[in-house]
Amino acid sequence: MLRIGLDVGSTTLKCVVINENDEVIYKKYERHFSQIAEKSANMLSEISAAFPGVGEVGLSISGSAGMGFAEEMDIPFVQEVYATRVAAKRLLPETDVVIELGGEDAKILFLTGALEVRMNGTCAGGTGAFIDQMATLLDITPEEMNELSKQHTKIYSIASRCGVFAKSDIQPLLNQGAQKTDISASIFAAVVSQTIAGLAQGREIQGNVVYLGGPLTFLSQLREFFDNALQHKGTCPENSLYYVSIGAALLNDGSAVNLPETIERIKNYTSSGGFRSCRPLFENEDEYKAFKERHKTGVSYSELGENKRAYIGIDAGSTTVKCVVINENEEIVFSKYLQNSGNPVPIVHGFLREIYEKFPDINIVSSACTGYGEEIIKNAFHIDMGIVETIAHFSAAKKYNPSVDFIIDIGGQDIKCFKIRMGAIDNIFLNEACSSGCGSFLQTFAGALGYSIEEFADLGIFADRPVDLGSRCTVFMNSSVKQAQKEGASIENISAGLSISVVKNALYKVIRVANAESLGKNIVVQGGTFLNDAVLRAFEQEIGTAVTRPPIAGLMGAYGAALYAKQNAPSKSGIISAERLRSFKHHVEAITCNGCQNRCRLTVNTFDDGSKFIGGNRCEKPLALKNSAKKYNLFDYKKELLASYTSFKDKRGTIGIPMGLNMFELYPFWHTFFKELGFGVLRSPESTRRLYLKGQHTIPSDTVCYPAKLMHGHVEHLLEEGVDAIFYPCLSYNLDEGLGDNHFNCPVVAYYPEVIGANVTALKNTKYIYDYLGLHRKRDFPKKIHAVLEREFGKIPLSEVKRATRAAFEEYYRFMARLRAKGKEYLKIAQEEGLPVIVLCGRPYHLDPEINHGIDKLICDCGAVLITEDSVSDLVEPFPTTVLNQWTYHSRLYAAAKFIADSGDPDINLVQLVSFGCGVDAITTDEVRHILESKNRIYTQIKIDEITNLGAVKIRLRSLFAAVEQQKRDRVDRQ
Amino acid sequence: MIDNKDRIEFTREMKRSYKILFPNMADIHFRILHKVFINYGYDIEMLTNTDQRVIDEGLKYVHNDTCYPALLTIGQLLSALKSGKYDVNRTAVMMTQTGGGCRASNYIHLLRKALKNSGMGQVPVISVNVAGLEKNSGFKITLPLLRRAIAALAYGDLLMLLNNQVKPYELRKGESDENTARWIDFVSDKFAQGRAYSQREIKSYFKSIVESYAAIEVKRTPKVKVGIVGEIYVKYAALGNNNLEEFLASEDCEVMVPGLLGFVFYCLINNINDIELYGGSRIKRAVLRLLLKYLTRFETYLIEAVEAEGSFIAPSRVTELMKLAEPVIGIGCKMGEGWLLPAEIIELIDHGFENVICAQPFGCLPNHIVGKGMIRKIRSLRPNANIVPIDYDPGATKVNQENRIKLMLSVAREKLSKETISGAFC
Repeated sequence: MLRIGLDVGSTTLKCVVINENDEVIYKKYERHFSQIAEKSANMLSEISAAFPGVGEVGLSISGSAGMGFAEEMDIPFVQEVYATRVAAKRLLPETDVVIELGGEDAKILFLTGALEVRMNGTCAGGTGAFIDQMATLLDITPEEMNELSKQHTKIYSIASRCGVFAKSDIQPLLNQGAQKTDISASIFAAVVSQTIAGLAQGREIQGNVVYLGGPLTFLSQLREFFDNALQHKGTCPENSLYYVSIGAALLNDGSAVNLPETIERIKNYTSSGGFRSCRPLFENEDEYKAFKERHKTGVSYSELGENKRAYIGIDAGSTTVKCVVINENEEIVFSKYLQNSGNPVPIVHGFLREIYEKFPDINIVSSACTGYGEEIIKNAFHIDMGIVETIAHFSAAKKYNPSVDFIIDIGGQDIKCFKIRMGAIDNIFLNEACSSGCGSFLQTFAGALGYSIEEFADLGIFADRPVDLGSRCTVFMNSSVKQAQKEGASIENISAGLSISVVKNALYKVIRVANAESLGKNIVVQGGTFLNDAVLRAFEQEIGTAVTRPPIAGLMGAYGAALYAKQNAPSKSGIISAERLRSFKHHVEAITCNGCQNRCRLTVNTFDDGSKFIGGNRCEKPLALKNSAKKYNLFDYKKELLASYTSFKDKRGTIGIPMGLNMFELYPFWHTFFKELGFGVLRSPESTRRLYLKGQHTIPSDTVCYPAKLMHGHVEHLLEEGVDAIFYPCLSYNLDEGLGDNHFNCPVVAYYPEVIGANVTALKNTKYIYDYLGLHRKRDFPKKIHAVLEREFGKIPLSEVKRATRAAFEEYYRFMARLRAKGKEYLKIAQEEGLPVIVLCGRPYHLDPEINHGIDKLICDCGAVLITEDSVSDLVEPFPTTVLNQWTYHSRLYAAAKFIADSGDPDINLVQLVSFGCGVDAITTDEVRHILESKNRIYTQIKIDEITNLGAVKIRLRSLFAAVEQQKRDRVDRQ
Repeated sequence: MIDNKDRIEFTREMKRSYKILFPNMADIHFRILHKVFINYGYDIEMLTNTDQRVIDEGLKYVHNDTCYPALLTIGQLLSALKSGKYDVNRTAVMMTQTGGGCRASNYIHLLRKALKNSGMGQVPVISVNVAGLEKNSGFKITLPLLRRAIAALAYGDLLMLLNNQVKPYELRKGESDENTARWIDFVSDKFAQGRAYSQREIKSYFKSIVESYAAIEVKRTPKVKVGIVGEIYVKYAALGNNNLEEFLASEDCEVMVPGLLGFVFYCLINNINDIELYGGSRIKRAVLRLLLKYLTRFETYLIEAVEAEGSFIAPSRVTELMKLAEPVIGIGCKMGEGWLLPAEIIELIDHGFENVICAQPFGCLPNHIVGKGMIRKIRSLRPNANIVPIDYDPGATKVNQENRIKLMLSVAREKLSKETISGAFC
């Protein structure tokens, strides 16, 4: 009997027919565009045609999107990883490890030794869909990406955990002019690193490695990168696309179905429609008409005017470039809305040429640019000024609704919302790295289903039952869509559902509104995504009130920039002339900066007039700017202090201490403690990306915070150095500073030593001391640690341990006292010199430059004095909070917020650093915000992860400083 | 210190005139437990609403990065209060608070915030804790109440244990569930009258319970045995784990879920462990040990009843669990489910349930350590372990979770068919 295996993947449909000898005698592969039943029926009909007269066949279904379908058709279902395993065992019995990448999943199967099968977690990218998404972003096909990557000269670090993160890494690279060859290669490298780190989890990939699935079959370079990373040549066998289907066919238990009958059954299949749905966007045609009447779109152009004076605004956004020319009456004379396609320079070049051609006698009085590409455009075309996006949008919104009190802009990659209070930007919400990319998500999705974004969004307008996809990050939405497809949702309902999700994401993830009234009375919506009626309608439905969408909703940033240019016109505009524009050329080169340990990948853009623009830098150093102002950066001071506790050797042997998490604060304590006892101490070096990669393969939970993940690299480093013991104790409790109700450490800080002990296999040859210790009980501590030390090192007198403990506590308190004194000194200097102060709030380990990505330097580059939460927390008396204040480090956050709120000094502001995945901060951020806002202070939060893109951070900081300035001006005006 | 000036205390007067609502978690246990409070004169109701509005309310009023259980329990309470079924001016809500280093200790404050933001700030919130975190004159956890509550949990543990062991094999479909429902009603009735708490009654009823399950006609066929461990809420609550037990039943598995008593004793033991690890009052330690000894008698009754009859697997004592944990993780690890979770995995494997689902809310902090963090080590100690961690949150889809579980089950079935002659489980 012939057996058919049908593999219904997330994006493609694959099937094979095998004969009695288990030989593949037929195979077929195609994209299903989520029309699973229809395409399956077609595919089976083709088989029926290829094997005339076949009646009874064995049929099994497998694949991530096939489960529900198989159930409803009453056809046996085989789990797809299991199918792969069965096929591999049969066809390639020598195989040790299978690496299979699919549309939305990545798997590693260890076949020999202890059998293990690993699949990517719910939050993991690094798959075929991820590569497709990145290719779309680069405006090339995955195959072209493969070709381009062959010529790469450099690898950039790109986070591949999810598409959204990677995007925010790639976009700035593109804007800075990095080569597509290098980016393509970097994307492959990221996928490889993600697969190995995320899935292997400490188990080594060795022996015969087999590559399966679409991406690894079609992309030779991806295989290359895997080979390089594994230092081992893997093979991609014949039928590498079909292993799931082959396995499904092989697993047929002998039961048979009638093929023609089954095809008929599948053809007549109508889904149960079991998906969760929202109410339709429009009940009827009339509602839609009324809506269209309220929201007119389209730009009406005016004349340039007698005097030919014009002002130019350019908004170089993440996926689109918007340009506007206005006249003396602030009317639009000319505008452009263009796709970015990776590099904004040629686009703006074309735009300017068009202006000069269209208006030969134009008199450009002033020009301004904004957006992600602000710097490069400003440099390339000598634009007069750059402004932060939030200010640009506010300037434009005021023009359409002078009493605007809330602006929400959903662009290609980001959501920006801000409240306006008393004419100033009062509160800014930018989407965090995890939920960004909303507009471009719609676009990618439309592209994947074969539509343009406009067509796709319009499909949803009359959907009867929009799919309820929730309000989570886009990766989750992907699988929600998969589920909906499985349950038979139509394209129309999915389209409407996605529009609703974008809106819910903005409202509940970014702004986190509890009710519509809290948004404001005069809401202006803008940004390209709101040009889609479905999104706008979903927004109005969700908040229950009508909003203003300016007819130029997509151009607001550029229009605002033009208005700003007009209001702040220089005496003479320096913008590039028509003549010079004709000979304009632009050359890009990538180099590595050696200015500091960050080793930024820089892109050097040289323009034909010899001017240069450097991108990718995290600080001002490579720009060699003459920044004579002295920097007051308490992070630097703290680093110096910690560095003064140098490593040394001594008679009792060397203790290795991994420098991460709470060690950033307790290092002076342990350093002194062991020194007093006659031990040598060796600390691991400052974190780097390389150090992280060194330990990446033993991280068991891919959603734990980055600071914790770094610990694996630190421990690996110490092992390489060959220390006598590694000391990293478990600490449920921290020291009690009297600020809160309790003095816990967070679970990760408290118990990460356990994770290291259980997962870093290389530790088995070295003493690893990770006992539970209680520094909070100073009196009992010496006895307890004494027992631990004697167990590991033999006899040590208790009196010595007691003395060492005393010295260690003294040193710890001295360290903290010096830090606090310095903080106060900086505060005083700031007051005397009238400098703004930022209290950068986080945890001790945010000091690590690999964790903070140089945000401290960025703040100081803005001209502010930087101090830390632990340098002011002692100035505050214990006070009531609305949450349980039970963690020592977090009590300091509340205290620092209280200090700022009570100071009444508008020049002292707070920025809170939050590590992605920090569950505790879900509690603290709300409380810190609450403390600040109760005294009308601005709260700024920055979420950080492995990503190194500081673009969004810059926007936040610039907006903060702009808002502070505005508040100060208003205060003066009122007085 | 907590800002208590706005806190609405649950007063003695309220005890007479207010209805108290509490979210469901472990269905069998909470149905019985509920009656203990009724017996103490409270007008109290367990919520069973599980519709979409629960999640919607949660998403709307709770920080979306907070753990899923907070979102669900708060959502359940808000959705009930808004349903119009209750007079919001005469209703209080109740929630547990462990006081550990996990963020779960903050649920109660998140609930208050959510109530305030949805215009129901007048609703008193009662914290159920034994750590002395918040006090209410109208609601006190006394030792007799605690003892009765623990007796209720013991009944719950026994019924859950036996129902799980019989149901997959019963000849007449539904018989075990009927038996369980009958016992829940019976015990509840007794509890409401203040009975079934005494040592004599407990011993006798436990015996009858075990016998009643043993009397159900079964056909023992080889089945895939799956254990469930994890964060306490998603481990038990069907609302939190997308009806996990139901799904496993549909996949023809026998399921074992370790009982709630273990968690209660684990919390108590941690106070003793703290003193041993870091120092502290010996008197306090002695008192705690006495209390533990007193309360673990219920565990003893349960184990003895099951073992005396002889057809079923009895759970391990919490003190034995602690010993199972020690080769894996330090017993100072006490946030979330702490050392108990790896201990339960090993217990399950040793009881023949080598296929284990470790369920946790997405981003659960303690589970990075005690769940996902320990799997590797457990595998090295028990090479036959087949463990799959599953994350739950409002965005994670059922299809994704079930796919992962199906993978685990495929491996389990392959092994089972190798072990059984029939080989009918391919």
